[in-house]
Amino acid sequence: MIAKTINEQELHAYADGRLEAARREAVEAWLHDHPEMRQAVAEWRIQNERLHHAFDPVMNEAVPVRLAAAAAGPVSLVPLRLAAAVVCLAVGGVVGYALRGETMPSPPATASLPRQAAIAHAVFSPEVRHPVEVGAAEEAHLVAWLSKRLGAELKPPHLSAQGFELVGGRLLPGEAGPVAQFMYQDARGQRLTLYVRRDTQDSRETAFRYARENGVGVFYWLDGRFGYALSGEMEKPDLLRIATAVYQQLNP
Amino acid sequence: MSQHEAIVAEIPRLRRYARALTGDAVRADDLVQDTLERALGKWSLWRPGKLGGWLFSIMHNIFVSQMRRPRPIDFPGDEVLPDLPMRAPQGDALELRDLANGLAQLPVEQREVLLLVGLENLSYEDTAKALGIPVGTVMSRLSRGRERLRALLAGGEAAESRLKMIK
Repeated sequence: MIAKTINEQELHAYADGRLEAARREAVEAWLHDHPEMRQAVAEWRIQNERLHHAFDPVMNEAVPVRLAAAAAGPVSLVPLRLAAAVVCLAVGGVVGYALRGETMPSPPATASLPRQAAIAHAVFSPEVRHPVEVGAAEEAHLVAWLSKRLGAELKPPHLSAQGFELVGGRLLPGEAGPVAQFMYQDARGQRLTLYVRRDTQDSRETAFRYARENGVGVFYWLDGRFGYALSGEMEKPDLLRIATAVYQQLNP
Repeated sequence: MSQHEAIVAEIPRLRRYARALTGDAVRADDLVQDTLERALGKWSLWRPGKLGGWLFSIMHNIFVSQMRRPRPIDFPGDEVLPDLPMRAPQGDALELRDLANGLAQLPVEQREVLLLVGLENLSYEDTAKALGIPVGTVMSRLSRGRERLRALLAGGEAAESRLKMIK
């Protein structure tokens, strides 16, 4: 019925919890009579537990932006540009800055903005333990800190009227210097991020543009020395409504 | 799920494994970055299935080829886990250091198997595939690695394996 012979492989499989019930019982019976091996098996299990205890916390660390960028790779650039160009047509009229048939790809200065913003959104919005560096409870400090690092006064818009509360913010490395990310969350736990980049050159105000990358919708625009991008995994009209509110608060 | 999302979802796990494998946070992330870049370059070769296992096999190939290159210091030894605060380790931190030191002293081929099985919960078959070795080799490396780590953590010399074929 039950084989009397237990080989070492089965002891490891037992320690790793990978045996079927019948063999598990056989191994348990065998171990009962072999206390030295019982001890060894117990120590292997403890090793596994210690490995998890020691290294599982790495899983909760914020993913470095360079890795998220590496995962995005160069391949998704083309679809993004295409999407941006196509959707620009649809959005332009709604916002009132109709681009009227402009199908040129975005200029380089703006091209990277939605992409970087979407990556930063994808990386940090699922964070449970460390979604932000400085929480909304310390808003004054958050504002002072990010303003100092970006070298210009910066205030996160309030989106309570749209159902979103500020979670906080963080500082990220951008292509040309520091970038700020503000995070918002609604009652259902849905998150939005506002990515704010400071450009070295003053640019004319641009239209709202829309891009969608891998499920993340991004409305972005340039305004003077700032580039803004609002990212969220939501329908375009909803995101536009909030982007408009953000724009209005930034330009009272 | 798109390619980007699927790969991004694997990053935390790749980082965990690389951290345990290299014992060094920066070197681990370098390894993850190399892995991601190579995976994207070879994306057409991936057949839908276990993305994690495929990425681990890419990481293994990169890691092994890096290890073959001469390095002045092959493994940072006592300087593992530099991201810990610079104060005397206590409690958890001490235990973590002991474990990291123990792992560092395992031969790479044993460390890889021990981590893929014990930390990443890969099946023995998937571990064999990721490392390009037979399952029997996985089992013998697992056995030697566990026994050696046990001895290292106990502070003793690596004991002769008690584990031949047991009747």
